[in-house]
Amino acid sequence: MSTRPINPKVMETMGQLFVSLPHCQTLGMQWVGVEGRKPTLKIEWREDLVGNPASGVIHGGVITSLVDTTSAIAVTANLPDFETIATLDLRIDYLTAAKPGKPIFCTAECYRLAGQVAFTRAICYQDSVDAPIAHGVATFMRDSSRVPMVEGGKA
Amino acid sequence: MSAFMQRFASLREAGDCAAIIEAIPYARLMGVEFCEQPEGELLFSLPFHTRNIGNTMLPALHGGLIGGFLENAALIHLIWNRDSLEAPKIVDFSLDYLRSARAQTLYARCEITKQGKRVAHVLIEAWQEDRAKPVAVARAHFLLTTG
Repeated sequence: MSTRPINPKVMETMGQLFVSLPHCQTLGMQWVGVEGRKPTLKIEWREDLVGNPASGVIHGGVITSLVDTTSAIAVTANLPDFETIATLDLRIDYLTAAKPGKPIFCTAECYRLAGQVAFTRAICYQDSVDAPIAHGVATFMRDSSRVPMVEGGKA
Repeated sequence: MSAFMQRFASLREAGDCAAIIEAIPYARLMGVEFCEQPEGELLFSLPFHTRNIGNTMLPALHGGLIGGFLENAALIHLIWNRDSLEAPKIVDFSLDYLRSARAQTLYARCEITKQGKRVAHVLIEAWQEDRAKPVAVARAHFLLTTG
């Protein structure tokens, strides 16, 4: 049973970097915490993130960004050293509409780190992790670019 | 039927694509634009904005943002091409990233692969300079009826 990120410095540095990226800041993404190797992020409900003006429900694209980012951080919790990763594919199942006015949380885990590909799953929820509003699975390519994502970090 | 769907229908009649984007807050935040081409096809575009960056070193657009752009395109494409005042609801969305999206305009086109009584299947393709080199392809399922 894994209890800690393999290299906490890699996860913390890359995790903070991911959350601080311009698009994530535009969405108001926030770091909530890590349990074992499962990070949790959240996005507060905001009027300019709404997809359906009649209902006030958050746009599905916001959930896509939240799942993508949280899942990427889950991968970094399993990386022994700094490396660049890139999403290869992503699928989101929208289980039920998100309630307007409430934050959306996302918890992700990397359930398999292979030599070239990392496999993740994620749950989005509002009131309780037991009442998910969306489920996401993704794969990430490892060592995807020679350009390091972290300044000073090994590519 | 919602006020939004009625407004969408009247804006489509007027050909006012910009006002449709204005009515969808997150589409406006992303900076989405779209137009109806002479042959009737919808072309979606997303001019580059620094707020949409997901990799500052390359730089590249955020993968989640690309997903949001494509999902939004699929929804507008579907409503535009249907004569229903019921808003489609997205069931699932699957996205394959083929290349990183650079600091340039991103384009997208959609195709309704199948429209049944209850479910529609929409294919979406995104590219930048060269349509033969797609940045991402996606598909979405939408529920067409409530209940």
